[in-house]
Order: sequence, then C-alpha cells, then structure tokens
Amino acid sequence: MDEAMIGSLIASTLRVSTPLILCALAGLLSERSGVIDIGLEGKMLFAAFAAGAAGVAFGSTMAALLIAMGTTVCLSWLHGLACVSHRGDQVVSGVAINIIAVGMTAVLGIAWFAQGGQTPAVSGDVRMQSMMPGVVAALEGVPVVGNILGQGFLSHNVMVYLALALVPAVWWLLFRTRFGLRLRAVGENAHMVDAAGVSVARMRYAALTLNGLLCGLAGSYLVLAQNASFVPNMTAGRGFMALAAMIFGKWHPVGALWACLLFGFLDAVAIRLQGVRLPGIGEVPVQAIQALPYLLTVILLAGFIGRTVAPQALGRPYLKER
Amino acid sequence: MTSHQPLPRWADLVVLPIVNLAVALLAAGFMVWLVGQNPLEVITVLVHGAFGTQRGLSYTLYYATTFVFTGLAVAVAFHGGLFNIGGEGQAILGGLGTGLVALWLAASLPAWLMLPLMLLVGALFGMVWAAVPAYLQAYRGSHVVITTIMFNFLASSLLVYLLVNHLKVPGNMSVESASFAASAKLPSMHTFMQWLGVEWPNSPLNTSVFLALLAAVGVYFLLWHTRLGYDLRATGSSARAAEYAGINPKHQVIFAMGVSGALAGMVGMNEIAGVNGRLMLEYVSGAGFTGIAVSLMGRSHPFGIVLASILFGALFQGGAEVSFEVRGFSRDMVVMLQGFIVLFSGAMAYVLAPAVAWAVGLVRGGASTAKGAAHG
Repeated sequence: MDEAMIGSLIASTLRVSTPLILCALAGLLSERSGVIDIGLEGKMLFAAFAAGAAGVAFGSTMAALLIAMGTTVCLSWLHGLACVSHRGDQVVSGVAINIIAVGMTAVLGIAWFAQGGQTPAVSGDVRMQSMMPGVVAALEGVPVVGNILGQGFLSHNVMVYLALALVPAVWWLLFRTRFGLRLRAVGENAHMVDAAGVSVARMRYAALTLNGLLCGLAGSYLVLAQNASFVPNMTAGRGFMALAAMIFGKWHPVGALWACLLFGFLDAVAIRLQGVRLPGIGEVPVQAIQALPYLLTVILLAGFIGRTVAPQALGRPYLKER
Repeated sequence: MTSHQPLPRWADLVVLPIVNLAVALLAAGFMVWLVGQNPLEVITVLVHGAFGTQRGLSYTLYYATTFVFTGLAVAVAFHGGLFNIGGEGQAILGGLGTGLVALWLAASLPAWLMLPLMLLVGALFGMVWAAVPAYLQAYRGSHVVITTIMFNFLASSLLVYLLVNHLKVPGNMSVESASFAASAKLPSMHTFMQWLGVEWPNSPLNTSVFLALLAAVGVYFLLWHTRLGYDLRATGSSARAAEYAGINPKHQVIFAMGVSGALAGMVGMNEIAGVNGRLMLEYVSGAGFTGIAVSLMGRSHPFGIVLASILFGALFQGGAEVSFEVRGFSRDMVVMLQGFIVLFSGAMAYVLAPAVAWAVGLVRGGASTAKGAAHG
C-alpha cells in the first residue's frame, strides 16, 4: 500500500464517518435521557430531503441547513409527544418515523420535482466545498505530508470538522455541565430527578431537541456534501449503523466516535478490497466486511467483548405520581 | 399529563382503534390533497383496482398472504411481551431455507414430500434467526430490539453473498439462482381452481393463502387454547408474576421469538415456492415492517390480523393501480399511510383516549360522568 492510497483511505473514512458521528451523537443525547431512538434513520432521511428541496428552492446553504434541522426537530418533538407526554412505546414511535420518512419523502419528491422522487442537483455554491483548498494545494507533492496530511486530513468540508469538534463538545455538555448531569440523571433514575424538582419531561424534550438538530446536520451532509441531490431512501441504513455505533461506543461520545471511525473505515476498505486476494485469507467477500459493524455490535451487546451498560431508565416512560 | 379515565371495554376494543385508524387515513388523505390530487378519485380507483376484478382481488390476496405471516409473527412476540422488529430478516432467512432445500432436493423428490419439507426448512431457518436474538436477550442481557435490527442487516448481507458468490447462474446477468425443479412449485390458485373446475385468472396468488389462514387459526389455538400459549401470554403481561407461578420467563422469550420467527419464515412459501420458483434478491422488500402495522391494526389478534392484511393487500394492489391511472401518484403513498398507522394506532394509540372517553361519557349520559367525577 502506498501513501497515496493511505491518504485516500483516511479521506474516505472521514467522509463516510461524518454523518455517522453526527447521527450517533444525536442518538446518544436522546438515549442518555432515557428515550430510545430507533427513528434516527427516518429523521436523517427527512433531513436529507428537506436540505435537498430547500437547497434547490432557495439556493442557499444556510436555508437548506436551517430547514433540514427545523424538520428533524419537529420530528423529534413528535417522538416526544408520543413517548414522553403520552407514554407511548418508544420503539414503535421510532419505527413509525422510519416508515413515514421512506414514504413521505418519495411522495413529496415526486409531487414537487417530478423526477421519480429525486430532487434536482443543488448548485455548486450551495454545496459545501473543501475548507482549505489552498493548504492542500500547497502541500501537494511534499512526500508523505502531501498525501496523508493534505489529502487525508485537510481536504474536507466544514461539516467533517464540525462533526469531529462536536464530539468533545457533547462530552463536555454531558459530563461537565449541570444540564448534562441532569440529562444523564433523567436517563438513569427519573424519579430521583423529579424529586429534586427538575421536570423530567422538560429534560427529555431538551435532549430530543438537540437530537433533532444533530440529525438535521447528519441528513443535510448527505445532500450538501456527499451527493449533490436527494435520492429516495438514500440513507440506506446509515441511521441504524449510527445506532449500532452509539451502542458499540457504550453510550459515550468518545467511544461512539471511535466506533463510527471503525465502521467508516470498514466501509471504505470494503470497496477497495473488492476482488482483491489477501495473503493467507484469500478473497474476502465485500458483504462480510459490510456486515461486520452489525456483527460486532451483536457480539459486544451479548457481553462477549467487554460489557455495555445502557442507561438504566432507557425505554421507561415516566409517570409523575399525583 | 393527566391519567385518563379507563374506557369501557367495548370502546377500548372497537371505538378507539377505529378513531385512530380514521386519523391515520385522514392524515394520508390530507397528504394526497396536499400534492394536488383528489382523495376521493384515488380511493375510487384504489378500491376498484383492489376488489373490482377477479385479477385485482387475486393480487390483493397474494399480498395479504405475506402480511398475514409477518403480522402473526409480530403479534406472537408481542403477546410474549417482546417487540420483534426482525420479521424482515427472519422472512429473508425463511425464503433462503425454502429455496436452498428446493435447489438441493427438488430434482429427486416428489412434490408431496418436497413442499412440506420446504415449509419446514423455511420455518426452521426463520425460527433459528429469531431464536438467537431471543437467547441473547434471555441469557446475555442484550436487547432483542437492537439485536433483531442488526440481524435484519446480517440476513440481507448473507442473502446477497450467497446469491452473488454461490447461487447465481454463471453467465447470467441477473442476480438470481437457477429455477427450481417442477416438484418444488406450489400450485397457483389458477391451477388449483382448475382442479375444482372453476375458472380463475392467472396471478401470483397461490395455495399458500390457505397456509396463511391455517397459520392464523393455529396461532389463535396456540395462544388462547393451550397451556403453552397461556404461559406465553402470562409472561407477556407480567414476567415476574409468571415466574412466581412457576413459568420460566427465559424459556418463554425463546419460545415466543421462535414461533414468531417460524411464522415470518413461512413468507418463503408464498414468495419463493409460490411465485418466483427461484431464489432472488428483494423478495421480502419491507413486508417485515408492514407486519408491524398489520399487527397493530389487528390488535394482535389473528382475526384482526387477517382483516388488516387484506386491507394492506388492497392498499398495495390498489396503490399500484392508482399509480398507473393517476399521474404523480406512487405506491410510496401506501408506505406513508402504513407509517401513519404505526404512529397513530401504535405509538400514539392512547393520545386520543381522553377525547374518546369524553365522547363516550357524553353518549352514556349523567351516570358515568358522575362516576368519572368521583374518580377525579
């Protein structure tokens, strides 16, 4: 493997991991407050559609981002209405959001753009461009540094760095602020938090709001940075992979980051290993590498490698006693 | 958040589900109107497409067959207190089992032996695919919802791998296995009716529809008329009480998921043995998730599930007709409606309960209002 290949492998790992990181952090905030979020996939899909449609309609990156995030925050509140206010089943509600997302984005896409559910491509100035093209160009040709640092780490758009920066930010929010302490407490023992005079419902809605904002970013990334237009069902299981990464990272932001990078790396490798014979192993089927994230998560959850402990009150609706 | 008054049994069983379904239909109707179409026209074409002709009816029942299997699968797990979100993967595995045994043995076995064997192996594959997450939940403490989601992805990866690397006919462009020998083909309704001397149009509808009805009756007897079913439901309503009564909840988790997976696995009899006659990609395509909506709508009762399956079959078949007739309509509308039904009949099932209780109170007059006031 030469350094050009290492550089491009690093670059594509980061690109693939970015929506996973954003989505996993979203799931983490919700689940740490005790609300299961199976609907990550659907929210991401809605956000991608909203970003694509708004990007075409208004021709502005900011508008696309805001509308995408607004859409997903509304969906998170809907989830909250069903499960926090009315104590509905959190898993069923998430499943509903996923199914509605697949159907509704296609219906609206066909009705508004008449291209079989696809949106037209957003223009180049709406899309997010590489943040530091000057630096990458300057480093080009420098041995090792040019490929690995330049192409691998510095060639990305702002969303990639934002996602990476959000990891310590979420960690700080959860583990170093009063808000974070309360949020985690709500997810562990809601009665205790209620007894301390903090509204359980308000904390969970706050967590869901942040969850919506992050899902919105994750979905917009797919349209504004990765693909130029919305395609029906374009999330293709990324939301579930983010869910897996969050669990694999043991409900911790830094753990989730490593899991997302691992899953992103496996994805980047799977494409490159197609038809390649590895010494000693032979040809590795692409499907095996693609299935590895899910398999690893199952094995981890079963307690065969390390131990994961979910938030204690996860999935339990809270009923304030009267 | 107020704790709502308990509804009378008839209102809880009949009125509330109908109100919830109506809200879901209204929401979908609103979307139809929003995208500039006439909901009434859509419904007319849809109903005619689904029930108006013998052929349309055949397609409706063909779709319904698959939904009965996946709907029953969700319901059995639900009675055991579990949410089986993995019907998709179990159905894929079931089809795989059905198909593999057909590819392997159909050339040398007669149909009367082959078809039951395919059913058995399909159900067994589905059962195993559900029993592993169940075991992990019962004995290793991982959550069955998360594990079955992962198993859905593992199942589809496995199917793609087997088809692309082993089963695909060399030189053939499409990713599918060789056709099964004749003994592995479940008779179509057309053929079956010919034996009875009745004219029936050619359609994907096949005799697995009877299997689906048998499965529904079987689930009814299992759950409400056997000791096994009693144990399962007891665990579902309260695992601790069941344990105190001498039922091992861990065994029940595995039993409920095993039966559930076996039912989902029978999808293969319809799609693989009944229609395609070969293994291919995408023979489940979301039916596992439709099963969730079907089970919620049918209130997890086999009779309700059969009715809900026919409704969903009609929506899928009618939706396909509408997409031919009405410009700009696509079957995604049906997927969306399915989502609304899961939302309103499932997650938000009791959001409207206070309103219904209020309406019921109005109808019943002063006596119940006074009683309600005494409660409050």
